Amino acid sequence: MISLAGRDILHSWGKYAFTGLGLGLLIGVTLSMAGIYRGMVDDGKALLANSGADLWVVQRDTLGPYAEPSSLRDDVYRGLLGLPGVAHAANVTYLTMQARQGKREARVMVVGIQPGEPGEPRYLIAGRQIERTHYEAVADASAGFQLGQRVRIRRHDYTVVGLTRRMVSASGDPMVFIPLRDAQEAQFLKDNDAIVNERARVRANPALNRPGAPGLAETVSRSQESSRMVNAVLVQVAPGWSAAEVAETIRRWKRLQTYTVPQMEEILIAKLIATSARQIAVFLLILAVVSAAIVSFIIYTMTLGKLREIAVLKLIGARNRTIAGMILQEALGLGLIGFLVGKTVATLWAPYFPKYVLLEPGDAARGFAAVMLICALASTLAIRTALRVDPATAMGG
Amino acid sequence: MSAAPELNPAIEVAGLRKRYGVGDTAVDALKGVDLTVQPGEVIGLIGPSGSGKSTLLKCLGAVTEPSDGRIRLSGETVYDGGWHDLDPRALRRDRIGFVFQAPYLIPFLDVTDNVALPLLLAGRSNREARQRARELLAALDVQHRAQAAIAQLSGGEQQRVAIARALANQPPIILADEPTAPLDSERALAVVRILNRMAQQYRTAIIVVTHDEKIIPTFRRLYHIRDGRTYEEAGAGRDLG
Repeated sequence: MISLAGRDILHSWGKYAFTGLGLGLLIGVTLSMAGIYRGMVDDGKALLANSGADLWVVQRDTLGPYAEPSSLRDDVYRGLLGLPGVAHAANVTYLTMQARQGKREARVMVVGIQPGEPGEPRYLIAGRQIERTHYEAVADASAGFQLGQRVRIRRHDYTVVGLTRRMVSASGDPMVFIPLRDAQEAQFLKDNDAIVNERARVRANPALNRPGAPGLAETVSRSQESSRMVNAVLVQVAPGWSAAEVAETIRRWKRLQTYTVPQMEEILIAKLIATSARQIAVFLLILAVVSAAIVSFIIYTMTLGKLREIAVLKLIGARNRTIAGMILQEALGLGLIGFLVGKTVATLWAPYFPKYVLLEPGDAARGFAAVMLICALASTLAIRTALRVDPATAMGG
Repeated sequence: MSAAPELNPAIEVAGLRKRYGVGDTAVDALKGVDLTVQPGEVIGLIGPSGSGKSTLLKCLGAVTEPSDGRIRLSGETVYDGGWHDLDPRALRRDRIGFVFQAPYLIPFLDVTDNVALPLLLAGRSNREARQRARELLAALDVQHRAQAAIAQLSGGEQQRVAIARALANQPPIILADEPTAPLDSERALAVVRILNRMAQQYRTAIIVVTHDEKIIPTFRRLYHIRDGRTYEEAGAGRDLG
């Protein structure tokens, strides 16, 4: 038996191609949305993996440092280093802000690190790691900075000495790594006017500026101006120790919140991007419904244009399944064209998204199955209409 | 030359009735039609609009179920108050060919596939169906357009392809509804000539419903249908050569 659907598609290939192209663009948007979600999850996992930490020690009762603000004294790490099972511990700070390079601005997450310790970018695509204690930076390539460029963060300029990749915050902002001291200053140090004002307030406070305690006001002011806070301590566990076991020790003896990698993944994926994921899920659902409606309308319209031929087919003895099969195959053919176009355009435009878009083969396979299912369901209205055609129509009655 | 009577007529219709609707609004489209057509015979069926011509064709073509009466095809009763355990769709596919006023060919199939389609629907192999289609196209002098798209054919060529399609399954009956209406005199007479030739060549009984004054004199037997009843008129058809 010849393929009636195949012949019909070949006969009106232009109509099919353009319809498939339109549907494909819609499918491309759907695949990209799924890719954006996958990208967010992957960014979160990359963020954790690239930090090189086994444990995140943060302020008690917080989900820090990525999901909630967390503040710890910067000497906490010394106490952690004395605990059994802790191989390395290093302070880190995180602050999302605007960084300027010439006239250009970029939204970045500034990460304060101790060179050679956990938190430092694990691999570079160009340049070197931070070696000086001040005013050097390693930036994620997506920030758009080049090696040797000077980037202004708050009141200081930093020279980009290295470039890394896939180091972005949970919200997709590229990371810029700078020395911890600089980062603490950038995050906590007040501007000059604020310092002058604060000193005046301390001096005007009779409790802090007593005649019997000379130097107290100055000491208080100095303590307020210096920054000894960090957002988290990253811990690497010694060989032979389990991360959960060491985390429990820290919780018990240091009374600090400690998260393992799976717990941090849970925070990033289930909590931090949960709203975005639901947003995308609803959008995907709407796109699926819109796609189904479009395919249904297209196939229905195409079928209406063939009612006379369908009547003739029925008159000369075509079985209902032959006619239903023709319409179903045309719908699936349209879905196939649409999927191929959608997959191609999604792949082509993915690099142009500001956030990482991860197009997984598994998602493509599921998308293909969904498109075929939607097309099959969408063809039912047209099939019903076709099967109701009276063969007498072909005889003019 | 008229067809020689054979053992069983190709079509035997007795007391065929068709009523549309029920109660006070019911309309009797056929009120007891009697008709016999021998194998290889071409008969004309004429009548004014609303006389029941189309209803009769639909009943004979198993498209509409009659209300009463009997239909026998090649001696076999196919309808006798019911379709006699026959599937009307299979009946149409295997035993009845249709030719319409417009050719109604399938536009997305080429000429050969249009003719082969009834055979393929009947489960014949692709090779067998195409071979038969080529034979019929040759018999109807359109073999040179075998691979052409339908839109590339003239009206006369399309009608010949439609006749070839009707003959594809070698049905004992062909029902032709105004097959010459869109054609000029010369082409109309050519189509009638082809129908006569095919009827004799394949022993097919052909009923031609027509209003076409040009071709009415060509029928050796002519049935008039009026108010749902048929009346046979002995025709003096001219020889078409």
